[in-house]
Amino acid sequence: MEPKTLFDKIWDSHVVRSIKEGPDVLYIDRHFIHEVTSPQAFAGLKQRGIPVFRPGKILATADHNIPTKDQNLPIKDELSRNQVETLEENCRQYGIEYFGLNHPKNGIVHVVGPELGYTLPGMTIVCGDSHTSTHGAFGAIAFGIGTSEVEMVLATQCILQPRPKRMRISVTGKLNKGVTSKDIILYIISQISTGGATGYFVEYAGSAIEALSMEGRMTICNMSIEMGARGGLIAPDETTYEYLKQVPTIGNQPDFYALLKDWNKLKSDRGAEFDRELTFDAGKIRPMITYGTNPGMGIAIDDSIPAIDDISEDRSASFRKSLDYMGFIPGMKLLGHPIDYVFLGSCTNGRIEDLRAFANFVKGKKKASRITALIVPGSKKVEQQAINEGLVKILKKAGFELRQPACSSCLAMNEDKVPAGKYAVSTSNRNFEGRQGPGARTLLASPLTAAAAAVTGRITDPRDLLNN
Amino acid sequence: MLKEKFDILETTCVPLPLENVDTDQIIPARFLSATTREGFGENLFRDWRYDKSGRKNESFVLNNPKYSGKILVAGKNFGSGSSREHAVWALVDYGFRAVVSSFFADIFRNNSLNNGLLPVMVQENFLKDLLDLIIKEPGNKIRIDLAEQSLYVISSGESVRFEINPYKKECLMKGLDDIDYLLSIKNSITAYEFRNTLKK
Repeated sequence: MEPKTLFDKIWDSHVVRSIKEGPDVLYIDRHFIHEVTSPQAFAGLKQRGIPVFRPGKILATADHNIPTKDQNLPIKDELSRNQVETLEENCRQYGIEYFGLNHPKNGIVHVVGPELGYTLPGMTIVCGDSHTSTHGAFGAIAFGIGTSEVEMVLATQCILQPRPKRMRISVTGKLNKGVTSKDIILYIISQISTGGATGYFVEYAGSAIEALSMEGRMTICNMSIEMGARGGLIAPDETTYEYLKQVPTIGNQPDFYALLKDWNKLKSDRGAEFDRELTFDAGKIRPMITYGTNPGMGIAIDDSIPAIDDISEDRSASFRKSLDYMGFIPGMKLLGHPIDYVFLGSCTNGRIEDLRAFANFVKGKKKASRITALIVPGSKKVEQQAINEGLVKILKKAGFELRQPACSSCLAMNEDKVPAGKYAVSTSNRNFEGRQGPGARTLLASPLTAAAAAVTGRITDPRDLLNN
Repeated sequence: MLKEKFDILETTCVPLPLENVDTDQIIPARFLSATTREGFGENLFRDWRYDKSGRKNESFVLNNPKYSGKILVAGKNFGSGSSREHAVWALVDYGFRAVVSSFFADIFRNNSLNNGLLPVMVQENFLKDLLDLIIKEPGNKIRIDLAEQSLYVISSGESVRFEINPYKKECLMKGLDDIDYLLSIKNSITAYEFRNTLKK
C-alpha cells in the first residue's frame, strides 16, 4: 500500500463522495457551535423548512459574547443578550446539547470540547470559528468554517471542501527554560509569515512537539490559522491517551482499549509524502513577542524590531502603517517598554497549565500598579481546578483576581476592552488593529512573558525572573 | 439558492493596496452581535472609514469620491484571520461583487463563494500594475467574465485568466448553493453513516 499521511488517512475515511473536478463531500463527526456564528445558519434552515440532521453530533456553548463578571445576572448589553438567548432557543428547539451561561460545563468552545471528551483522535471536527484548529492536537482534522458552512453541517452533517495540500513542520531538539509552546508557534509564524501556510493542512512533528503536554499541543494547533493553514494536527501518542484516560466519559468506557488500538494507527506512514516540509530547532527559540498588527510580526523578546531597510519595498507600506498604529519605530528594542494591560486567557492560553505557569511565576511577587490584569479561565472546569489547586490564592496574594470564563479580551466583544492607545501583553492569538478594542495595541506572547510584564509593568524577558 | 447569479461584471474598481487585510478590519467584532445577515455594509472597514468620534476619515479610499465600483482590488492575503462570514456579508451589502487579490485566506474564499462574491486570484505583478493603474486613473473599468474565467482591463486591453473550481463556477453561474447539492445526496450520506456503524 502507498504510504499515507495522517491527514490523508482521516480525510479519506470521511469522504462520502468526491465531485469530479470539484470539492469532496466530507462527513463531520463533531460540530461545535456558539452564539456569534450560528444564528444566521439556524435562520437559513427555518427559511428552507428543513430540520437539523444529526443534533446528537452537535455541542453548543456561549462564549464569545458574554461577560466575565456577574455571570449570574442577565447580560446587560441587549444585542449580546439576544444573541445568547437565540442560541439557547435554537438548541432547545432542535434538541442540541447546550452549555449556556452558569452551566457547570460552560467555557470557551475549544477548551470545553477537549477537556470533556467531545474531541477524539481520528475525528473530523468543525466550528464556525477559525481557532477550531485547536482540536487537531488530538490527531483530528479540525478546521474553522463560515456560517453558510455551519448551515450545511446542521442540514446534512457534511461539508463540501477542496482537499488542502499537506505540510509537515518538525520542531526538533529541546526547548530552553522559560520558553513555551506559545513561543514555538509564534516563532514558526514569524518565520513563514501570516499567509505562509495558506492552502495547507499542517502536521506538527519532532521531539520538541512530542515532549509537549496536551495543553501545549493545543496552543500550537490553535494558532495554525495565524499562518493561514486550514488546520494543524499532531499524531496521537501516549500523552494523548493518558489525557483521554483521565476524561471520565472516555477513560471509563468499557471499550477504551479497543479505541486505543484504532488511535494507534493514526500516524503518518514512513515515506508518506508532504507537499512541503519545514524543520526548526527548538533550542534556538527564545521567548517571542509581536510588535506589529499581524501574528507574523514577531521577534525574540531581546531582539529589535526590523529596520526599514530589512523590509522589502512592496511590504513597506503595510509595515509602516502597522508600526504607526503600534506607536513603535523601526529598529527599536521592546525590552523595558511600558505596558498598561495584561490578558491571560483565550482558547490559545486559557487552560489550567497556563494558569499554573502564570501563578507560579507571580508567586511571591506583586502586580505592578500601572497594570490592569485580566485573568480569565477558559472554562468552568479550569476555574474550579484553579481554585482547588490553590492558584487563585497565589494570584490574589500577588494582586490578581480571577474572572469568569469567556473569550473575553481576545476579541473584546464583551466589556473587557483595552482602551485606545494602551499597550496590552496578551496570551491570545491575534494582534490585529482594534482586536482588543478600538485603538488597542496588542503584543502577543506566552503566559510567562505576560506574567513578567504584569509584575514589572514593562516588557520583560521572563527568563530573568523565573521562580525556582 | 444564491441571491444573484454571476455572469459578466463590468465596473470601475476600488483600490486597497494593503497586505494581510484581516476580517477584523473588514468588520470589527463589536458589530457581530446581530442575528441576521443584513445591514453589515454600513460598518464595512468601520475603523478605517471613521475616526473615534465617528467622523469620516477622508483619506480612506471608501470616502474618496474619486473611487467607486463593484470590484475591490486589494493586496495579498486578503481576508485572513477570523472565520466570520459577516466580513463577506459586509462587502456584499456595501455593493461589492468581486475581490481581486494575489491570494486569499482559505476560509474567506469559501465564504465568498458561498455568498456569490467572486474571489479573483491574479499574479502578484499583475496586481501591482492594476493597483497602480486604478489609483492613478480611477475611471478605468475591468470586465470579469466568469464563463471565460477572464479578467480584462478595458483601457489597456490586457487580459488574464483566473482559476476557479469548476463545481463552484457552475454554482455561481446557476445561482445554486452547496446546501442545495448536499440535500440532493442525502441518501449517500445516510449510506455512509450506515457503512461506518457496521465497521465499528
